[in-house]
Amino acid sequence: MSLRMTGSQTVGPFFKIGFSWLYRADIGSAARGGERVRIRGVVYDGDGQPIPDALIELWQADAQGRYATDPDGQATAEAELMGFGRVPTDAQGAYEFRTVKPGRVPHPSGRLQAPHLSVTVFMRGLLKPVHSRVYFPDEPSNADDPVLLSVPEARRRTLIAQKGPESLLEWDVRMQGAHETVFFSY
Amino acid sequence: MKELQGYRKPFLNTQPEFLSPGYASTIKRAPSLAPIALEPTLSELTGPRFDPRQLGASANDLTAGHKAKPIGERIWVSGRVLDDSGKPVSNTLVEIWQANAAGRYLHDGDQHNAPLDPNFTGAGQVFTDEHGHYRFRTVRPGAYPWRNHHNAWRPAHIHFSLFGPAWSTRLVTQMYFPNDPLLDFDPIYLSIADEQARRRLVSTFDWETTEPEEALGYRFDIVLRGRTATPFEKGKGAQP
Repeated sequence: MSLRMTGSQTVGPFFKIGFSWLYRADIGSAARGGERVRIRGVVYDGDGQPIPDALIELWQADAQGRYATDPDGQATAEAELMGFGRVPTDAQGAYEFRTVKPGRVPHPSGRLQAPHLSVTVFMRGLLKPVHSRVYFPDEPSNADDPVLLSVPEARRRTLIAQKGPESLLEWDVRMQGAHETVFFSY
Repeated sequence: MKELQGYRKPFLNTQPEFLSPGYASTIKRAPSLAPIALEPTLSELTGPRFDPRQLGASANDLTAGHKAKPIGERIWVSGRVLDDSGKPVSNTLVEIWQANAAGRYLHDGDQHNAPLDPNFTGAGQVFTDEHGHYRFRTVRPGAYPWRNHHNAWRPAHIHFSLFGPAWSTRLVTQMYFPNDPLLDFDPIYLSIADEQARRRLVSTFDWETTEPEEALGYRFDIVLRGRTATPFEKGKGAQP
């Protein structure tokens, strides 16, 4: 290695100017099959106040567990989804995506991972983004997902969406506090 | 399955900590628990690929697209996007946004009483070429006050957002200008503990890209995480 990675800086309060051209709340519209879901939630600060100026980006596989790109950055032929979403929180701190539930993707251990969405959250006051995952409720494969199992049991629930009415799933982000969301480094 | 190569962790102190009390907004927003180390999987080692055809022809010219030219000192901002082994990151999306020359953003939340410029939006996008080069034409943004502490002013800066080849290589940063006296007092800039690392966020004035009768040139190279060289590095923490 000859160079050092550029330092991260906050998106600040005005990221809408630069990011809104690529806002995508509807990720699953191109998919032919799969279970349609809505993921909704609120982002909270350490006082339990909603954060109205956060940005959430999402990356996921299609319903068959195929990503739109391979690890060399090349497009894959089969994937039905582009798989990328980006939305800001609204004045109430809420966000919503519409998508399809992803399939299971391989883990380096050789096992399959439980269906999940990768989420990155940016906001004023975050000098670098936080990374998390959203898992699905009533999903038997959660029980042996290697990533979920690496999280202390008491905190795992922060990664699993709650079932709402119909196709709605609720997943909140808590930056601090007793139920602080699990964030990952990788 | 093919061996998955992860991305190298940054060197110590070259990235900000979450909690940086001089920047007041971090106090209620920084996670209080350490992140959990996740062995990267396909989910972290793949990432979105965008189509350059999505962009208009002048998406990298922030001085275009309005009835007239914006007010301000016209500049070229150019550079290369590399990984930490020096390899160019080609065909990757670079997004920028900034205040106008008076230090005002085109955003409802910006209450600074400096004027808006009807000829300036302050957003641009470009894809790097095969050698990792990018270039924007814009105007030099103004400094502006914020309420972080008494008489707080942000140094002039341009926000940069990059994706790179994977979900793991995402980077959002800010480019600053050389010899700005506000840098030494800016808690966002100072949140990076390593002085050399901070200085790499400051662009350099560049005669090569300065265009006669047209615009001053500033260079800003960006380094994204590179691939771990061997599987043995997998899962290693921050390097000294």
